Amino acid sequence: MNKSASQSQARDDAFVRFENVQKSYDGEVLVVKDLNVDIAEGEFLTMLGPSGSGKTTSLMMLAGFEPATHGEIYLAGESINNVPPNKRGIGMVFQNYALFPHMTVAENLAFPLKVRRMGRADIEERVQRALDMVELPQMGGRRPAQLSGGQQQRVAVARALVFEPKLVLMDEPLGALDKQLREQMQYEIKHIHENLGVTVVYVTHDQTEALTMSDRVAVFEDGVIQQLSAPDELYERPQNSFVAQFIGENNKFDGTVSAISNDSCTVELNGGGTVQAARVGDLVGQGDRTTLSLRPERVEIAPKNGALPNVLTGEIIELIYLGDHIRTRMRVAGNEEFIVKVPNSADHVPLAEGAKVNVGWKTEDCRALDPL
Amino acid sequence: MSDATLDMPVGGTAQRAGNEPLVAADGTPLKQKLAQTTRRMKLRALMLTMPLVLFVLIAFVAPIGDMLFRSLYNPTGSNVVPAFAEAIQQWDGQDLPSEETVKIFVEDLAKARRSREIGRTVGNLATRLNYELPGYRSLVTKTARRAARITEGPYKEALFAIDKRWEERIVWTTLQRITKDYTLAFYLAATDRKYDADGSIVQADELYRIYVPILWKTIWVSALITALCFIIAYPVSYLLSTLPLRISNLLMILVLLPFWTSLLVRTSAWIAMLQTEGVVNNIFVYLGIITDESRIQMIYNLQGTIIAMVHILLPFMILPLYSVMKTIPPSYMRAARSMGASGTYAFMRVYFPQTVPGIAAGTLLVFILAIGYYITPALVGGNDGLLISNLIADHIKKTLNWSLGAALGTILLVVVLVFYWLYNKLVGVDNLKFG
Repeated sequence: MNKSASQSQARDDAFVRFENVQKSYDGEVLVVKDLNVDIAEGEFLTMLGPSGSGKTTSLMMLAGFEPATHGEIYLAGESINNVPPNKRGIGMVFQNYALFPHMTVAENLAFPLKVRRMGRADIEERVQRALDMVELPQMGGRRPAQLSGGQQQRVAVARALVFEPKLVLMDEPLGALDKQLREQMQYEIKHIHENLGVTVVYVTHDQTEALTMSDRVAVFEDGVIQQLSAPDELYERPQNSFVAQFIGENNKFDGTVSAISNDSCTVELNGGGTVQAARVGDLVGQGDRTTLSLRPERVEIAPKNGALPNVLTGEIIELIYLGDHIRTRMRVAGNEEFIVKVPNSADHVPLAEGAKVNVGWKTEDCRALDPL
Repeated sequence: MSDATLDMPVGGTAQRAGNEPLVAADGTPLKQKLAQTTRRMKLRALMLTMPLVLFVLIAFVAPIGDMLFRSLYNPTGSNVVPAFAEAIQQWDGQDLPSEETVKIFVEDLAKARRSREIGRTVGNLATRLNYELPGYRSLVTKTARRAARITEGPYKEALFAIDKRWEERIVWTTLQRITKDYTLAFYLAATDRKYDADGSIVQADELYRIYVPILWKTIWVSALITALCFIIAYPVSYLLSTLPLRISNLLMILVLLPFWTSLLVRTSAWIAMLQTEGVVNNIFVYLGIITDESRIQMIYNLQGTIIAMVHILLPFMILPLYSVMKTIPPSYMRAARSMGASGTYAFMRVYFPQTVPGIAAGTLLVFILAIGYYITPALVGGNDGLLISNLIADHIKKTLNWSLGAALGTILLVVVLVFYWLYNKLVGVDNLKFG
């Protein structure tokens, strides 16, 4: 409910709008094919996708470093196709931070303010405020090279925000950090976004990052947005097989649709067996081939008789103990990569390699998507 | 070592017992053990550098030392007239030397006239005197020819009879000075100065002031060449560093190709290009820019030297600039642009400052190479395109005044070192990046 409301609002008063945008570098291949996105003011939108999917190119077109080959980009209702990057008033955080090595941290932060010919006292005050915001109040006199990766990252964020842009672009800003720091920075950037109410367009290839931080995620593949949804929607209701594969872990079965009803369908699995699966729009019709997608944590081991509509028998091939859960690899209906995450609760079913157990799941958790 | 160390656990772990120093498992102090194990490695590293060390000593340090020494030490006087060299030092410089001293001089001259030993002939002394008193060469040779016939005093009058110039006090003060083995005279000559009759230092006569003007000219020509190289190389390097690798590699080969060609070939090519009947003039005439009669003299003058040297030294500017620019990611300029800076502003404040190490390295390299450049000015410089190194070579090869050549060389070395020091003050040598 809430989500769809915010989406329709985004369409009404889009702050950033890509309209039929195409981009080609060599005149032979379209890196971005017909991009249409509306981004609402104050939204945190992430462009997620594998490398070469066109997400960074889209960001660079928005920033003004790459011209769109076709289509229009609007910022606050105005077309910005012919506005040079320095006139767009967009803050940007780069992958390698791009902190100027010959300037101190304070000089780096003062740079956009000096360009705007602000008074010295004003600049000093804003720089200090920006440093306070990223919790580096004492670091103004240092050179970027004297800071740790995480600190440089914060300075880069502060620099993109210090001149109070309405829109901030971030191009894989956490890519160079180690895992722990990356997680911490995710929350910090998220909090800064919430506190300032600034619009953020964020590019990453890390799905966890995208799910953690974003209001909406646009999954890019082959120059096309495969799905643009809120994170939970994206994970739980992927619209096609690429999204299902790309976001999170996924069990898949190949099969043929034998019967369809309103919101579900019956699928004959290639590996034997029949299951009920949720229909996704009109993606598949009767007689079509399909790939079923099922999240490992939605599979129940040894369900009670009659509790679940779909039950198949499988054989445990491998058990990996991960502390909070046991990763169980099984052979189910010919699929040897069938993963079940069994929570390590006090009363979980005893598991042994080679044992045959029943596995079951709800119809709505198993989605019939386009065949891979 | 104490017994306690023998109880150490095997496996090389060292423990600190109280204030005792750390010891290795076998009981030797850890520092000593470390030194032992690394000694062989250090020794090997040292041995590997020995050929270079020897080469530098023989081919660099020794010649420079010899040059410094020669610029101060010149024993011609005492070699040719040894007894006189000792006697004249007693003279107080007033009036003329005593009759006794002049007698010794005449006898020494007579002896020297019979000498065939290199460096001990009358000619050597005559040349040496001529350095200090231009035109006085004949005085010595003429007198030496007749010295044997002077058998009895008064010797002074006998000399005056041979040549009136023996009455001049400056001849004797100069003789007194040049019969000392160590002298500053060559440095004075190299800086267009000389001793007067009283031994005080004065400017050389206007006609003979050539070295200081040439030195200044060498410095400003080198500076001009450096500046021209910079102006040409900066955009080229920028292009090389920003183009796709495939194209930039190709262009880089074009930059390096002349670099791999013999210096003489390149210089001769410029002669073919620029001479009055050369390619450039022919094209100008063909296009009607100039008439056949008014062909431009573009080579065998300073202009030719500058053109050829800029071309030859250009790679030395491009390479360090390129290597520095290559390391500057395009995101810096983009970041500056995204923060509202115009292209020019971003370039001046963000890109340019980061290329300073390359500029520093390139300009230093080109300037130092230019200031000592010899072959190109010698080939295409004509008269007004000659630089200090050509004069040095002249003194070493033609006039054989090695001491003056050495003094000029030393001054050139000092000038280079001064510039290097200035550079270090301004940019910091640590900041230089040669690639």
